[in-house]
Amino acid sequence: MKILVCVSKTPDTTSKIAFTNGNTKFDEAGVQWIINPYDEWYALVRAIELKEKDAAVTIHLVTVGLADCDPIIRKALALGGDEAIRVNADNSDSFYIAAQIADVARQGAYDLILTGKETIDYNGSSIGGMVAELVDAPYLSLATLFELNGTTATITREIEGGEEVAEVSLPVVVSCQKGVAEQRIPNMRGIMAARTKPLKVVEPAAIEALTSIMSYELPPAKAGVKLVSPDNVAELVRLLHEEAKAI
Amino acid sequence: MSVLIFVDQTEGHIKKASFEVLTYGAALARQMGTTAEALLLGTVNDDLAALGKYGVKKVHQVANETLNHVDAQLYAKVIAEAVTASGANVVVFSHNQTGKAVSARVAARLKAGIVSGACALPDTANGFVVRKTVFSGKAFANVSINSPIKVISLNPNSYKTVAGEGTAEVVALNVPVDASKIKITAVNKVSGEVPLTEADIVVSGGRGLKGPENWGVLLDLAKELHAATACSRPVGDAHWRPHHEHVGQTGVQIAPNLYIALGISGAIQHLAGVNRSKVIVVINKDPEAPFFKAADYGIVGDLFEVVPKLTEEIKKMRAAG
Repeated sequence: MKILVCVSKTPDTTSKIAFTNGNTKFDEAGVQWIINPYDEWYALVRAIELKEKDAAVTIHLVTVGLADCDPIIRKALALGGDEAIRVNADNSDSFYIAAQIADVARQGAYDLILTGKETIDYNGSSIGGMVAELVDAPYLSLATLFELNGTTATITREIEGGEEVAEVSLPVVVSCQKGVAEQRIPNMRGIMAARTKPLKVVEPAAIEALTSIMSYELPPAKAGVKLVSPDNVAELVRLLHEEAKAI
Repeated sequence: MSVLIFVDQTEGHIKKASFEVLTYGAALARQMGTTAEALLLGTVNDDLAALGKYGVKKVHQVANETLNHVDAQLYAKVIAEAVTASGANVVVFSHNQTGKAVSARVAARLKAGIVSGACALPDTANGFVVRKTVFSGKAFANVSINSPIKVISLNPNSYKTVAGEGTAEVVALNVPVDASKIKITAVNKVSGEVPLTEADIVVSGGRGLKGPENWGVLLDLAKELHAATACSRPVGDAHWRPHHEHVGQTGVQIAPNLYIALGISGAIQHLAGVNRSKVIVVINKDPEAPFFKAADYGIVGDLFEVVPKLTEEIKKMRAAG
């Protein structure tokens, strides 16, 4: 059983978001980088749990990024990945990234490909679906539970207005969110072991990016809060009705 | 050349989010000087010709019952065929659960650039640049799509739905549909609740409510406002409320017309999930709560006293008409 977990480097959730170079570049000054929480807490940890139950499971990690991704890859290896592949490229286009991952996926003949439901920087929610399309596998998005029984996966996933339980034969691509697993912290043994685990750097396949980011903007600042006295709740209702026209 | 809008259905009815993307797609077609057409997969009880009132001229329907259930693999194949058959060069989805499952697959199949989580009409004056939310709502990016076919998935509640007059021509589209590789063994729909991402008004509770037994005040207010209910991450983590109610950076991101936060301090991760709300009301007893800085209206006070009064006053206002 071979599992490929897609991981991405993202700014920590508490990062102050700012831009430089005339609002064309994310300001990395003082930013702490982490593994995208959906990739780490849910996709990777679930893969590790499967490996703990079945020693025949191998976990490979893949990321598309430059050498500054290596610290987060080492952390993912410390949590429990067996080896990592970094496609040495810097691109924000989801098709470009997915096509690189699909290339790695085809070469490794994986039974299961796990991703987070989205990254917390570009919020594309696209990589899982695209990789599935490019390797021609079924895709189950927004999983909240994932069980494996031989070569059959049982997945509970979020759908419009509720959830459904789906059964599918491997190989399959699954995007994971809360519920699939619980966050873990790497232990010292894992951290030591991660230093010697293989981290392969491969050059990107020739893929044309289909989109490009022209500029960034911050949301306009709020005008400031209008405070209403707790003894005059009727005034709040009047403001919401007459001024904000929200009720 | 045309704009093809994917219309999402469940249990025989067209989803509200689809009316928004129909309006958006029709506006985009007008802007580009082309026509807007809709695509529906599966069978529904609704009158498809009536979708004309959102500005589409034609509705293509692949009336195959296999498609009444969303399987991203089958959908991508069928939608890509429909794009080719209709000659569309822009495909529009709602960025709801179905859109998230399907739109990226369609884009990859067509080698089309995609902007997912778009929040405005594209700028087509010079190229094709779409605004989208990034950093979980903390910023916007203007993204240029450089491929001949373009895919947009629109964040729910980003564009005002407008229904006018008009009837669309309904055309059957015959596309072969494979058997699904996915077997659905159970479907649990949360009935009677307003879906969070589609709600106009959301009432949300945090640790300030002190425990799940105190949710009555919040639910009463939500009921009076026909609002969806939400919660902060600590509340979801403590299982005071179901986790699908968790809004924030790692939960659901929403953009209702009105967001009322009760007893939520407003950590940066929470704000990221709600700061696209048009009007934010914060009720918190701590005047230093960071949420007040992001709010439009606020009351510094004990929510257990203020919220029942608020519910009463809204009732009074409604009664007065």
